[in-house]
Amino acid sequence: MSEEKFDAIIVGGGLAGSAAAYALAKAGLEVAVIERGTSCGSKNVTGGRIYAHSLARLIPDYAETAPLERKIVKERIILMTGTGSTAVEYRDEKLKDDSCASYSVLRAKFDAWLAEKAEAEGALYITGIRVDELMREDGKICGVVADGDSLNADVVLLADGVHSLLAQQIGMKKDLSPHQVGVGVKEVIGLDEKTISDRFGVLPGEGVACLVAGHATGGAAGGGILYTNKNSISIGTVVNIGQIGAGEGLKVPDMIERLKDSPTIAPLIAGGELLEYAAHLVPEGGANMTPELVGDGVLIAGDAAGFVMNLGFTFRGMDLAIESGHLAAQAIIKAKEKGDFSAAGLSEYRTLLDNSFVMRDLKHFRKMPAFMDSPQIYKEIPEVAGEVLGSLFAIDGSAPKKLVKNVTSILKSKMKLTTVIKLASKAMGAM
Amino acid sequence: MAKMSVDDKLGVVRFKVDEHNAHIIVDDTYQNMDEINLLVMACPASLYSYEDGKVAFNYEGCLECGTCRVLSSGKVIKSWSYPRGPLGVEYHQG
Repeated sequence: MSEEKFDAIIVGGGLAGSAAAYALAKAGLEVAVIERGTSCGSKNVTGGRIYAHSLARLIPDYAETAPLERKIVKERIILMTGTGSTAVEYRDEKLKDDSCASYSVLRAKFDAWLAEKAEAEGALYITGIRVDELMREDGKICGVVADGDSLNADVVLLADGVHSLLAQQIGMKKDLSPHQVGVGVKEVIGLDEKTISDRFGVLPGEGVACLVAGHATGGAAGGGILYTNKNSISIGTVVNIGQIGAGEGLKVPDMIERLKDSPTIAPLIAGGELLEYAAHLVPEGGANMTPELVGDGVLIAGDAAGFVMNLGFTFRGMDLAIESGHLAAQAIIKAKEKGDFSAAGLSEYRTLLDNSFVMRDLKHFRKMPAFMDSPQIYKEIPEVAGEVLGSLFAIDGSAPKKLVKNVTSILKSKMKLTTVIKLASKAMGAM
Repeated sequence: MAKMSVDDKLGVVRFKVDEHNAHIIVDDTYQNMDEINLLVMACPASLYSYEDGKVAFNYEGCLECGTCRVLSSGKVIKSWSYPRGPLGVEYHQG
């Protein structure tokens, strides 16, 4: 590699990295993105659905060219037991508004698209090269070493994903502890477009997002996901790594099988063909796992900064990744104007983040990870819901019971009343 | 959908295997069965097993999630890095 010095080197061509690269290149900075995969997205996995608001701020006309699978118009929350499920479904024309639009996406295509956008603005992409370490001079990060070559820059943006081994190397991020991350396992199942629309009750181009709690993870904190793509369905499970072995002690790869085999899900994917099997970690610690975001000559964005929210009713990560990359770029542009790439010169990043939805929402939901640890969500609650509804709908000629009395007795048979109250209060606090 | 084994599922995934270097090195003499069983349960690709008194691991089908790194660094896992670019798993859907 050359002796050239870049304004910025970005490690990782995922959404945070390419969002930053796009904004930096557009502002005329010399920027290089180093991606270990053959192409951007080839190492990345989403559930997944992207909330488009932050992408719309970066690239207002994104919808014209981005490889969006389906616009999500219907949300389904499913509480699953061994024999059935209770679901809440929400749909409203409001979900189609541009202001709150969300789309199912597949990262191999989507990340490659964003990288192309950044490349068109002048960013240099170096793919198929792993960054092994960061270079430091007088305490300041001044470049990277990749495949034995060194590459210099005024600032390095670490957008190297959930583990961020590089941020750990330089002491900005503590190693992940098992309870801070979930392991996601996903299958992409091919089905034709019309079959998917018919099975999920949506029009062409429209799609559904489902989250499932209960049976699939065997009582361990986690759940199932299902998103409709254009010609495929993304289906998977996420389980907190600290919870592996809990409950029924299921093996992680068996959880997705349970989900697919369930009477609720099996008919939705029947006749499908497995196109891909993937696994990836998901940050689950929320605001409680934010690393140092700014150092001398270095910033951290996206999953590397733990910017993901598991809210139980939805996952958010890609919108935070894009926003944090975009804000990191703004801070770098300011630092360049001042000619100061020290931690002080780059500190605008922290301010921008604090004033953005990223830190606001992470803080708002900071008690959510503790609530999501409650084991009852994954076993007793789905069972109670199933038994209550079963007592209403499974009519066999026996005497009906008074509803309130019946609900109370089913609840009591599963949980102590104090547990129910604690859970409800934890839920209120977390939301 | 017809049931598939994890091995069959990995058969659908594209890999560029690094024939010369394993990116994850395990301590095959490690003996704490609780730790070993945890990895056997946790690996999405079912690459860990315990055979003939030793930890067996095959890096070739690794999906690079790093669950084993988070669970067992310094225990079963002696060293863990991503494969050298552009090797390893190559997602075409993601």
